[in-house]
Amino acid sequence: MSNNDTTVVVGMSGGVDSSVTAKLLLEQGYNVIGIFMKNWDDTDEFGVCTATEDYEDVRLVAEEIGIPYYSVNFEKEYYDRVFQYFLDEYKKGRTPNPDVMCNKEIKFKAFLDHAMKLGADYVATGHYARVEHDGENVRMLRGVDNNKDQTYFLNQLSKEQLSKVMFPLGHLEKKEVRELAHQYDLATKDKKDSTGICFIGERDFKQFLSNYLPANPGRMINLETGEDKGRHDGLMYYTIGQRQGLGIGGDGGPYFVAGKNLETNELYVVQGDGSNALTSTRLLASEVNFINPVEDTFEATAKFRYRQKDVPVTVRVMGDDQIEVTYDSANAVTPGQAVVLYDGDTVIGGATIDSVYRNDERLEYLA
Amino acid sequence: MSIYVDYAATTPIDESILQEMLNNADKFGNPSSIHRIGKEAKAFYEQSRQRVAKHLNARADEIVFTGSATEANNFVIRGISGFYEKPHIITTNVEHASVKETFDDIKENVDITYLNVNETGLIDVDELKAALRPETKLVSIIMVNNETGTIQPVEAIANVLNETDALFHIDAVQAFKQLPIDVKALSCDFLTLSGHKLNAPKGIGVLYVKNNTHIKRMITGGSQERERRAGTENTLYAYAMSLAVEKAAENRERNTEQLNLLKDSFIKSLEDDKVPFEINGDISNQTGHILNLYFPWSESEYLLTALDMKGVYASGGSACNAGTVVPSHVITAMYDKDRSKHSLRFSFSEQLSPSDIKTVSSALSKIYNNLNENGFI
Repeated sequence: MSNNDTTVVVGMSGGVDSSVTAKLLLEQGYNVIGIFMKNWDDTDEFGVCTATEDYEDVRLVAEEIGIPYYSVNFEKEYYDRVFQYFLDEYKKGRTPNPDVMCNKEIKFKAFLDHAMKLGADYVATGHYARVEHDGENVRMLRGVDNNKDQTYFLNQLSKEQLSKVMFPLGHLEKKEVRELAHQYDLATKDKKDSTGICFIGERDFKQFLSNYLPANPGRMINLETGEDKGRHDGLMYYTIGQRQGLGIGGDGGPYFVAGKNLETNELYVVQGDGSNALTSTRLLASEVNFINPVEDTFEATAKFRYRQKDVPVTVRVMGDDQIEVTYDSANAVTPGQAVVLYDGDTVIGGATIDSVYRNDERLEYLA
Repeated sequence: MSIYVDYAATTPIDESILQEMLNNADKFGNPSSIHRIGKEAKAFYEQSRQRVAKHLNARADEIVFTGSATEANNFVIRGISGFYEKPHIITTNVEHASVKETFDDIKENVDITYLNVNETGLIDVDELKAALRPETKLVSIIMVNNETGTIQPVEAIANVLNETDALFHIDAVQAFKQLPIDVKALSCDFLTLSGHKLNAPKGIGVLYVKNNTHIKRMITGGSQERERRAGTENTLYAYAMSLAVEKAAENRERNTEQLNLLKDSFIKSLEDDKVPFEINGDISNQTGHILNLYFPWSESEYLLTALDMKGVYASGGSACNAGTVVPSHVITAMYDKDRSKHSLRFSFSEQLSPSDIKTVSSALSKIYNNLNENGFI
């Protein structure tokens, strides 16, 4: 199949990355269609929704480069499959990763289905990741821009999903993408990159969350001394390893969040860099996704959070949708976040961290 | 291939009307000027008013030109509610946005009764009777619904209102091309028309205001339109509007006959192609130019995109600013929100041929078969 009878639907967000994605595919001769996804009703108190402005940028870029553009509403799907998960995880005292879930359930499921129904051969997005199709074989690799690599968020994609996906920016540095946007003089060439979780945007996170979940203040306890360190605002507002916003200090260096006890509604904190309260050597994870089949036990490198340096690990497949990952030492490994496994640049797969151990001792992250 | 079946949204400018506009573009004067150039423009403008009046069976001084039908509807609603202290008003829950949103905007200052419709899309005249109060000042009803083509029983409504002091406003934007409109026979006090639904340009509307009806003006400034609507007269567009009204009235009988045939052939063609659908509303009480269909097998947002990719331009609900489809409040009022999310409006013009209609139904059939074969249904 030649490029000009291959239809690619590009998920256009109105940002510079997806704008360049669409233009690059067009240059390569593909039949390109741009579709804007509206996942959140984010009308602010002045009646302005940022989706309107983003869609306007999609329109401008699509008209500039000469492709048809449409819009699709996944507000209900997003609420049911991503936002509900997000709230449920917080209720359990965990730190969810809505971007991972959004990719799995919305961008590469609901949106992919929508594109396939419209007759697309592939869906493309502006993610910094690479996907290689070679007949039946499909591999996902890190984006070459080490600082922007987004495979961490794409770890839940199946081989079947990836077989219908293109990431045209994966072999580019972010700087080059900006340069291309300028070279093509796209309307979004100088647009600021969006930050944060899409549905929260620039709003205050604590305030946002309190609209959906009741905050239940409790005591802060020094995990090592048992000392009462004052009041916390509600366990859901804190994440493991968090240093800012605790409102406590004093001799001996800053305090860190080291754990949560849901039963007693206590937040555990520890002081100083030397503390090993946050250090773990092993974790159990579920929601396991392997892009290609693996051995029962294998060596790999892993990321426990986005942009963290890889850690060498041994992975044991436990069956029943569980893996055990062991490593020398890692700091602040957090339940709810993803563990993503790599073989060099190739993504092996990923899973959601459930429990964390120092040797045989389960850390007090959750009780 | 490109087939436009969205004539209820807007219509192209009639070529002969466009030519007439160009022929008269030299009449540039300001009708308020007292010199000869102004007087020529004034005469030209008043002839247009006369022409519109004639086809409504109204007096020329009962015709107000506005910038749009939306403006005309705003004028009636705000004009009446501004004239009285918290007046009681009756309307329906299937009005056009220009009526619905305007009532919503002034809801603090008025007391509104919304009449519901059933699955036929019709209001119940007895319900209207029951809702009337001695202090009811205005009843505002859409004559032909812009989403479904449903024809409301305006004569029966008028008969009920004749025994009261309530003023009667008819939004006849979708009706004029399809049904005879005689303001005396309808005994209405206000009636709205739009130019661009009648093959005139966008940017011109008409409001009929019955002689001696008091209404607070909305746009202040000069004394144009008998001090009911300030602003230098849009002489050329008013001319186009008057020609469009004339043409629509003259061709009405032939056009409606043809539109009914097109609508029937579309339904038959979909049935022949075994595309599952249901008609929204009671087809025996609809105009021929609108057909609203429920497709249980697909959301309208997907269908509109898929049809667009095949060069077929229909509509469903209204578009939000981010380009997504907001389900029609009319279909929601008649049925429910889910049905509304699965419904499309096709609206026709006498310019369409039976083969155009066949193309539209076969595009739908291809989309349906493709979804079916690929396990998406």
